[in-house]
Amino acid sequence: MKASSADVLKVTGVSKYFYEPEKFQVLKNIDLTVQRGEFLSLVGKSGCGKSTLMYVLSTMDTDYEGELEIAGERLTGKKQNELAPFRNNHIGFVFQFHYLLPEFTVLQNVMIPALKLGQYSRTEIEHRAVEKLKLLGMDEHVLKKTNKLSGGQQQRVAIARALINDPDIIMGDEPTGNLDSYNAGLVFETFRELTSAYNQSIIAVTHDSEFAKRTDRVVEMSDGRIIK
Amino acid sequence: MNSPITAFKLSLEIARVHLVSKPKQTIIAMLGVTFGIGMFVALVSLMTGLNNFTEELTMTSSPDIHIYQDVTEPRLSLLEEINPAGLNKIHHQRPKQESARLRGAMQIVEMLRRDPRVMGAAPFLSSQVFYNNGPVQLNGSIVGVDILEEDKLFDLRSKLKQGRLEDLLASRDGIIIGSGLARKLDVTVGSRVLITTPAGFTRMLKVIGIFQMGMGAIDNVRAYANLAMVQTIMQQNQSFITNINVRLYDRYQAKPMAADLNMNLDYKAEDWETANATFLTGNKIRNIISYSVSITLLIVAGFGIYNILNMTIYNKMKDIAILKAMGFAGGDVRRIFMIQSLTIGFVGSLFGLLVGFTLSYLISKAPFDGGDFVSLDHFPVNFDPLYYLIGTVFGVITTAVAGYMPSRKASKVDPIEILRGQ
Repeated sequence: MKASSADVLKVTGVSKYFYEPEKFQVLKNIDLTVQRGEFLSLVGKSGCGKSTLMYVLSTMDTDYEGELEIAGERLTGKKQNELAPFRNNHIGFVFQFHYLLPEFTVLQNVMIPALKLGQYSRTEIEHRAVEKLKLLGMDEHVLKKTNKLSGGQQQRVAIARALINDPDIIMGDEPTGNLDSYNAGLVFETFRELTSAYNQSIIAVTHDSEFAKRTDRVVEMSDGRIIK
Repeated sequence: MNSPITAFKLSLEIARVHLVSKPKQTIIAMLGVTFGIGMFVALVSLMTGLNNFTEELTMTSSPDIHIYQDVTEPRLSLLEEINPAGLNKIHHQRPKQESARLRGAMQIVEMLRRDPRVMGAAPFLSSQVFYNNGPVQLNGSIVGVDILEEDKLFDLRSKLKQGRLEDLLASRDGIIIGSGLARKLDVTVGSRVLITTPAGFTRMLKVIGIFQMGMGAIDNVRAYANLAMVQTIMQQNQSFITNINVRLYDRYQAKPMAADLNMNLDYKAEDWETANATFLTGNKIRNIISYSVSITLLIVAGFGIYNILNMTIYNKMKDIAILKAMGFAGGDVRRIFMIQSLTIGFVGSLFGLLVGFTLSYLISKAPFDGGDFVSLDHFPVNFDPLYYLIGTVFGVITTAVAGYMPSRKASKVDPIEILRGQ
């Protein structure tokens, strides 16, 4: 993958406050290191700050104290305009809801991040997108509009989209939260394969204890701290 | 790594898909612009067409500078002349008995013709007369001119309906008569007309031509004759000239030049802008009205675009959030929506030009009776491409302004709020 060091993500002393409705410390001095190829799940009760932590890690939230480093690059203090291309290149996202663009076909949805990155020619990108869809068993549906797919199929397309730029880390916010057990199992297997075969790292926020149990490392949070 | 061309192409493609996937919305937004620009073009074409038409009419019949003896000019009383320092009060001073004659008129004409700004200068004199043909007696005026010089100034040749200008030179008692006057007197070329001056002098004249200026105020009352003939009927000598008309190469030089002449001559020099002040004010007011109506239409169209884009962005919050998560910067998102707005503006404007042209064309074919005052059977419409260009520029600017605010709002969407909110 893109950087060679063993640690793909590193946060030190991250704290974050919410100011509405009143000042409240959501994250309290968090240190966390994720290694290349590691499949990590982030668990805890509602409101413990696990999603907030993930959005800090995702670089979309820049309002925190502490240090964030991904793929050897220090990201703290950078502006959103610099962080957006970084996300494009290094991070893939899978959410509880698929967030596919409804006017576009499956193939186009998967291609968009790669077209944005502009590293390959259009035909190459198309080829790669089909490869990723094949990996998720969705290659028969490439020309369908995304709203013609079932929930599980849509989530698989979303994963293919997250993979298109070969990111160092894939971040998931309840990636199986909205899926039946068959599709949830399928998503888990895909993630597993990505970490073992492609050496990509995965950070998944989840409520699903079955899912968490089977990951490499479970990080449990409570009251804004990592307790395990 | 990320070339700006592919990034732009991607924005363009997303914008295109957004526009095409909601055709009704897109078309309604475009129709707003189309209507605005169409009306702008049609209105301005008609207004400027009318203005140009009337201006041309006025210009063909009025000189750039007109030099004459102004008897209404206030003059010093005898008392004031004798006793300039005193406190003088004179009630009901009568105008002095003064001839309208321009002294040294031919010298003034020679001087004017030497001026490089002057295209032509023509001396003339005119008199009130009654035209009689059998029992019909009409009030009018007869203008004594050097017909070839007059033609240089007012292009009389093209206004001539019957006869030839040169015939006037050959015929001492010939006249070229206005078309309205000819109709009322029921005369044609070759007919004879009896004229009577206010002083009681009568003379039989022969119609050798009929002209039509297109303005009732002239065609219904005026006839042209040789200078010498008018001097004769006014019982004056050959140096009797009452007016000089001047035509310039650049008519906008008239105002400063008239001011100069007023300083140097004892006579009044009046430029066309002063002489036609009411008409020019009318032009200005018509222009102001047509521009303000069109701009109002465009602003309304702009609000339409603002609303539709705002709605689109509200509906696309999730898409915007995911695009930002995937690595689209605020500027990329803004560009996507600006492209949509500008496309609406540009395509809407183009259709607007088409609508504007069609409307202008239909108006120009609509029958319109100018009545006795002007000879006009259709609306005069100006097809100057400049107004089409202005329309397009207006349309695109309006949509850019209307699209900018919603686009900026889209670029500021916080993806976390949307992605977490569900």
